[in-house]
Amino acid sequence: MAEKHLLLGDEALALGALHAGLSGVYAYPGTPSTEITEFIQNHPLTRERNLHCDWSSNEKTAMEAALGVSYAGKRALVCMKHVGMNVCADAFVNSAMTGANGGLVVTACDDPSMHSSQNEQDSRFYAEFAMMPCFEPSSQQETYAMIRHAFDFSEEKRIPVLMRLTTRMAHSRAVVETGEIRPENEVHFPENPRQWVLLPANAKVRNQALIADYAGFGEAAEQSPFNVLSDGPDDSLGIIACGIAYNYLMENFPDGCPYPVLKVSQYPFPKGLARRLAARCKTLLVLEEGQPLVEKMLCGVFDTGITVKGRLDGTLPRTGELTPDCVRAALGLPARAEYAASQVAVPRPPALCQGCGHRDFYTALNQVIKDYPTARVFSDIGCYTLGWLAPFHAFQTCVEMGASVTMSIGAANSGVWPAVAVIGDSTFTHSGMTGLLDAVNAKADITLCISDNLTTGMTGGQDSAGTGRLEAICLGLGVEPEHLRTIIPLPKNYPDMEQTIHEELEYHGVSVIICRRECIQTARRHAAKK
Amino acid sequence: MKQDIILAGVGGQGILSIATVIGRAALDQNLYLKQAEVHGMSQRGGDVQSNLRLSSDPIHSDLIPRGGCDLIVSLEPMEALRYLPYLTPEGWIITNTTPFVNIPNYPATEAVMAELHRIPNLIAIDVDTIAKEVKSPRSANMVLLGATASVLRILDPDKLRDGIRTVFGRKGEAVVDTNIAAFDAGYEFANQHLAR
Repeated sequence: MAEKHLLLGDEALALGALHAGLSGVYAYPGTPSTEITEFIQNHPLTRERNLHCDWSSNEKTAMEAALGVSYAGKRALVCMKHVGMNVCADAFVNSAMTGANGGLVVTACDDPSMHSSQNEQDSRFYAEFAMMPCFEPSSQQETYAMIRHAFDFSEEKRIPVLMRLTTRMAHSRAVVETGEIRPENEVHFPENPRQWVLLPANAKVRNQALIADYAGFGEAAEQSPFNVLSDGPDDSLGIIACGIAYNYLMENFPDGCPYPVLKVSQYPFPKGLARRLAARCKTLLVLEEGQPLVEKMLCGVFDTGITVKGRLDGTLPRTGELTPDCVRAALGLPARAEYAASQVAVPRPPALCQGCGHRDFYTALNQVIKDYPTARVFSDIGCYTLGWLAPFHAFQTCVEMGASVTMSIGAANSGVWPAVAVIGDSTFTHSGMTGLLDAVNAKADITLCISDNLTTGMTGGQDSAGTGRLEAICLGLGVEPEHLRTIIPLPKNYPDMEQTIHEELEYHGVSVIICRRECIQTARRHAAKK
Repeated sequence: MKQDIILAGVGGQGILSIATVIGRAALDQNLYLKQAEVHGMSQRGGDVQSNLRLSSDPIHSDLIPRGGCDLIVSLEPMEALRYLPYLTPEGWIITNTTPFVNIPNYPATEAVMAELHRIPNLIAIDVDTIAKEVKSPRSANMVLLGATASVLRILDPDKLRDGIRTVFGRKGEAVVDTNIAAFDAGYEFANQHLAR
């Protein structure tokens, strides 16, 4: 029976997956993807069916576990933010080689304009690269329907598929009408077991088959109900609108678009439909959220007599998310009357919460570091990245998950002293542990500070994989017990904290200082529950 | 009919619960709705906004175009000004008057208020004081919603009251009552302001 719900794009995807007979979700939190897994965790059907929904340690372990579900014939969903695709890339690309048995959908939420990210990479490139189909919805209702279709498609074509959302789709709410609830799959094994053993002899055979299959995925995209070529009276311009870009186009034409439009929400890019558009329109405008993937595909090296406009020729901004306004300008429509920008409003950047343990840690670290002018501090991804801003200015680098540990090793190898790494507990178990093993094996002269707030803070307080076991993990990796120290970051402990940091900077080997106090946001929630 | 709203404030002030009540009421009235929210890094004490679009016809864009916003509703006066280029020339600003100062270079309050008063359609309201007056000190955001209801023509104020009952219902009757009292006080204030 159809019901109406007011859902974020993330939630529409989650509910669609549950209704499509999902057996498990595998994910590491990351904005703007986190709400997909949280919605599944809190949904009654998840409890009723006892579905897997615990957080994974990182995107690679998530992807691999989901591939195991698919091998066993059931349906699995993997969710991550765009940069998580880099972490799971090995598993992702090779999952196209094994193919899927049970439906396998990988959801990447891209963050153009970098609202909460360090780059604006476009996950559609990964689908191309791996020779995988890709879906990109344009509305919350379409997202709900599309995830069901994606699972069916994955099973029918025996291939994992990529679902790509961007921030505005992930974090925008609209009314969604739901459909029927499908049962889960029973366990059943792949028809072709050789395909799942990627020895070169098998992989070479499979590679040829995948290339042949990819042509079939292209045929499917030409026929897809999600890719629509619509007519318009004015042939002076043809528009290709991918995913959510379609909405910004239509926003500017409330009475209907006068130009022919190709709406694209399923890839491989439907070249046949594009050729039909280009047969009528000698100038094409490509509207796509993220990087100019389609535009590059269309504007090649040779003069085809077709002019392609988009992000590469300056018709649209080269970077940043699309808006109704930049699309309006690209269409040559006059700007609406508007007020001038405020003369008095100033930026209000985010900051660490008052009372946060990271604050006390940075205060103590800075106090010690000021006596070591040659010291360099390598930080990492999380709330504590805000320690780069005033008043702390506490470190020199922040690159990607886990890089604090390994960059400090490289700097120490190059003669930098003291070399200090700062990482959060969740980031440490995500991608810092292997780096610490490298440091131990190389007897690197580094001091690793794990600022442990017992949660994954920046994304809203999800469980952290190593909570309660960080000391055991460090000792297991070979850190010397006398150089594994624990401090509690509070103003009254500053003298002790500074003493500990000072001692470990002076030790010429691997030191780990665990700086532990619960995140004040999760502590408040835990107190309210009691 | 359509009305486009930008809800503004500082991370943690509670703009999302205003959005939730409006969303509930819009769903009850069978309106189309799109609401783009801010999650993630900016929630840590930075500026936050939500684009909320209500219409009797289907809505395309999740984002409001510049010069297209009918109402800027803000829990903080400087934050109301941040979105001026989005306001239509006939648009309204409904804002709290109490500054939230968590940055060292916050402008002089007089300068903020002077710029606000240049907008012809302004409802400036001290929501914290009014909330305290009706013994609902923790419901300042519902005072602001009540003030907004006076110019939010697309929604019936009674539907908004129903929305408050639904959204806060699981927290008990007392919480519902204080939120309704706050809403009514804001609604009353704005109507008196408009009558002047």
